[in-house]
Amino acid sequence: MKLRPARLLLYIVLIAFALYYLMPVYVLVVTSFKSFAEVNLYRMWNPPRTFSLESFRRALFGGMGYQGLAPNILNSVIMVVPATLISAALGSLNGYIFARWQFRGANILFTLALFGMFIPYQSVLIPLVQTLKSIGLYGTIPGLILTHVIYGIPITTLIFRNYYATVPKELVEAARIDGAGLLGVYRRIMLPLSLPGFAVVLIWQFTSIWNDFLFAVTIAQNPAVQPVTVALNNLAGSFIVEWNVQMAGALLAALPTLLVYIFLGRYFMRGLLAGSLKG
Amino acid sequence: MRKVVWFLAVLVVVGLLGWAQAGTPLVLDKPSSLADISLKVFGDSAYAPAIMRATNSKALVDHSFARISRLDEILPAGAKLWVPDAAWAKAFLAVWDPNRVEDLFGGGKLVVGSWWTAGGEAEGLEALFALYRESFPDVVIVNATVAGGAGFVFKAVLKPRLIAGDPPDTFQLHAGLEVEGYSPEVYLRPLDDLYAIFGWDKVFPPDLLDLMRYEGHYWGVPVNIHRSNVLWYNKEIFARYGLKPPANWDEFFQICEVLKEKGIVPITLANAGGWEAPHLFETILASTLTPEEYRGLWTGTTPWTHPGVTQALEILKKMLDYVNPDYSAHTWDTVLEYIAAGRGAMNVMGDWAMGWFMAKGVDVGWAPVPGTKGVFVALSDTFAFPKRASNPINVIGWLAVCGSKEGQIAFNMRKGSIPARTDITPEEKAQFNPYLQSCMEDWARDAIVPSVMHGAAAPESWVVDFKDAINLFLVTKDVAGTQAALVAAAKAALGK
Amino acid sequence: MWLKRKRDQVLSVLLVLPSALAILVFVYGFIALTTYVSFSNWNRLVPDYSFVGAANYLRLFQNPRFLITLRNLGVFTGLFVGGSLVLGFLLAVFLDRRIKAEGLFRTIYLYPLALSFIVTGVVWRWLLNPGSPQMGSTGINLLLEMMGLGFLKTGWYTDPRIGIIAVAVAAIWQMSGYVMAMYLAGLRGIPEELREAARVDGASELQIYRYVVLPLLRPITFGALIVLGHISLKIYDLVVAMTGPGPGYSCDVPAYFMWELTFRANRFAQGAGIAIILLVIVSILIVPYLRYSLRREVET
Repeated sequence: MKLRPARLLLYIVLIAFALYYLMPVYVLVVTSFKSFAEVNLYRMWNPPRTFSLESFRRALFGGMGYQGLAPNILNSVIMVVPATLISAALGSLNGYIFARWQFRGANILFTLALFGMFIPYQSVLIPLVQTLKSIGLYGTIPGLILTHVIYGIPITTLIFRNYYATVPKELVEAARIDGAGLLGVYRRIMLPLSLPGFAVVLIWQFTSIWNDFLFAVTIAQNPAVQPVTVALNNLAGSFIVEWNVQMAGALLAALPTLLVYIFLGRYFMRGLLAGSLKG
Repeated sequence: MRKVVWFLAVLVVVGLLGWAQAGTPLVLDKPSSLADISLKVFGDSAYAPAIMRATNSKALVDHSFARISRLDEILPAGAKLWVPDAAWAKAFLAVWDPNRVEDLFGGGKLVVGSWWTAGGEAEGLEALFALYRESFPDVVIVNATVAGGAGFVFKAVLKPRLIAGDPPDTFQLHAGLEVEGYSPEVYLRPLDDLYAIFGWDKVFPPDLLDLMRYEGHYWGVPVNIHRSNVLWYNKEIFARYGLKPPANWDEFFQICEVLKEKGIVPITLANAGGWEAPHLFETILASTLTPEEYRGLWTGTTPWTHPGVTQALEILKKMLDYVNPDYSAHTWDTVLEYIAAGRGAMNVMGDWAMGWFMAKGVDVGWAPVPGTKGVFVALSDTFAFPKRASNPINVIGWLAVCGSKEGQIAFNMRKGSIPARTDITPEEKAQFNPYLQSCMEDWARDAIVPSVMHGAAAPESWVVDFKDAINLFLVTKDVAGTQAALVAAAKAALGK
Repeated sequence: MWLKRKRDQVLSVLLVLPSALAILVFVYGFIALTTYVSFSNWNRLVPDYSFVGAANYLRLFQNPRFLITLRNLGVFTGLFVGGSLVLGFLLAVFLDRRIKAEGLFRTIYLYPLALSFIVTGVVWRWLLNPGSPQMGSTGINLLLEMMGLGFLKTGWYTDPRIGIIAVAVAAIWQMSGYVMAMYLAGLRGIPEELREAARVDGASELQIYRYVVLPLLRPITFGALIVLGHISLKIYDLVVAMTGPGPGYSCDVPAYFMWELTFRANRFAQGAGIAIILLVIVSILIVPYLRYSLRREVET
């Protein structure tokens, strides 16, 4: 097909880019495994001479004057799991209805909801804080869960709607002829087929909510309930935290979504494509 | 090492004195009610709840003490009670809300919010915690520090918590107008009664008390005094080139020229936190204006169009030719590495930098910022008492520790600041390091002016405007424009 | 039968009602509230809802810092969107050439998307820390030095002339993989016959790309533009973790300034003003897109 040199050049270019993308991970990993004595800003590219888990320990459990990330990782988990599950459930229901049951104004409603996905969340921060305060959920993890569920409705609905639209009409028709109504079709046809859709939505929501910072830093101010993104930012912004601990902390905070991506990347990709390519 | 020994000595002495929740055990010889006991010991039966709380607290850690379940309980003969000292008992009555029955049972937490996360500061805080635990071992202390110099991050975290009604039990508050940003009349508990009970209004200096008062009330208990206008310098470099600390700006710039030729950063600057450079500027202002004029800037009697302000901006502009180019990547402490490594000569920072130098073992020299000899730009850390604190009774003991002589000595020796109290004896003063001793002398005789970057001189919205104007100046170097911005900021703050 | 249909119609509306109401309140209701606050006098910790007209907006546009953030936003958006599109497209083109271990390369180019902007910011803060002449270089500068390319060193985010560009570098790193994935899927969707036909007609590879491939990829470019554009306008987390406002506010963005104004300086009304301005800017990008997609829906 192509000459040897051109092919070789291609591979070289690809590898060069791969190095560019991996460079930060290299720094993260290499710094995290250095001991405090060895860590030096001006020798950041050198691999560790001694392999030390000290920075992970301190990043998780704290050191002199700072708390570790372990409780915050737990907070993130407690927040992400219910929020993901509930928003997926809602998205599935909504997506199904928008895909299959056109009622008057459905399209406009759907477009209006979609707009909610694009707005800068700063535009709703102040009333959000006040509302959460008035129902007593401000500064709590349930408050964060509620927030993520509501603002996740547009994207989950979109993904499921696109997904359900691909279910063959014949299947639905057959069920209707058998006498199934709206819920019947959902239960008998859609739900069993939903696994791939759920996979996509669950992974996408898990990643988005785990990585969220703005809502977390505005709503969950109490260090006891902060998710890991806020805690990491505090850790990294503090001048007494040794920077190998900061890197270790960043690695730990990124681990769950990275693992999800590495092992379930296929579905992650589908989420991207479903969410943004189509209308 | 000397510091550690002194610190332990203080602890031992304090322990022997059995301070603060000082009180006395009392074994009943006949069945009595709390009201009777209170009448007998204090001359007033109203202190019954105080005795109940104190005893229950003791009982949580020492089971020989009685556990009292009801205020009107008749206690049997032989029951061992703990009678708290009069001051604490009075404070208890002042603070306690009779609807909060849970407060009578001791234990609970004390959530302490601050931004003291760096070396000496964290150690000072720990020293206060240790003292507190001695007297109140039944309480679990939660150290809710939030990283970020000068507390800019901490304040952003605290405000939503205040609004939500979920504040820490006590938190670090700068003395002065910073309290305005917390709408104290809504969110904080005035401390005038505690000041009277613990005698703080007699033992803190009048200048400080003036600073502490806002809208006619006290809102915090000061633990220390810090000085903002200190010039730190690498003694070895100065000795090598035969330099001595500059007394005025001309000398300063001469030194800068000499050092620049040698490839050493003459004056190191940090600004990653956004406040370090404005901090430098406020000390320059203190050199180009008289103390009265400087104070007047914040009350409106001195216009910001004053030539002293222009001069200060010119000095800062000239200084920028001699600073390290990467200042925006450095926080106040990381830039001190230049001095520690012998690559930078001078730095202007408050005396908390001393704590950093001590922790690193650097023998640093100090002098007042050029032109500010005899002027003490002061700031003070205090602890406030939110109205919606979850553990209000535990806060009393904390404030008492903070305001006590033992607490202030233990804290300040580690932190690198000086006690706010005026009753420190010369022997006690001798325990502090040489810098702090000289600082205490200066505090006693210099003209005191409030720091603006650290919450004393102006309310926070003005501080932010001031900070923004100077941050922009670092890049634009536009003296006229910046001065106009400072004028506008003053107008916005005072004209309102 | 007809009754069942009617019942199902009602049921469908009822089932989406909770979500619809939630969106109505939490999106549109809140936007309305924020708009009102932006016209109010609430500039202390305790709310004050008295109406003051456009005073807050005026004050914002007189604030040099705000104007700088708007400029930075423009620069950032241009670089980020442009850079990601170009880089993503190039990578997709390269990967489309039947590469061994394509899956591995794809995974590597795409993984940054799984990271939080905070993690990205923390890492890139150190990577783009320039070091100094006295203390030595670090980060990318050090790498350049080690490779003999020392003349390429810059002050990155410590240099006010560069500022936000450094942030854009980190952002492109994070999002270009997504663009690559989009284009790769699109490229795969172009039938080989079309390209073959053009080749037979004597077109060079470059011409094929220009006249056959790119036009067919237009919907993808468009979609990517929308997504990148709206992420760019909302950029906040990355600035917080990586640089803060930067020297002379050269890294500051409206979203960051809004948070500082509101939650640090207690200027809730002014902060609301920025939030609404941000919303208007985003709407200019998004609303036409939504109307276009709505029209497409109705057609199909």
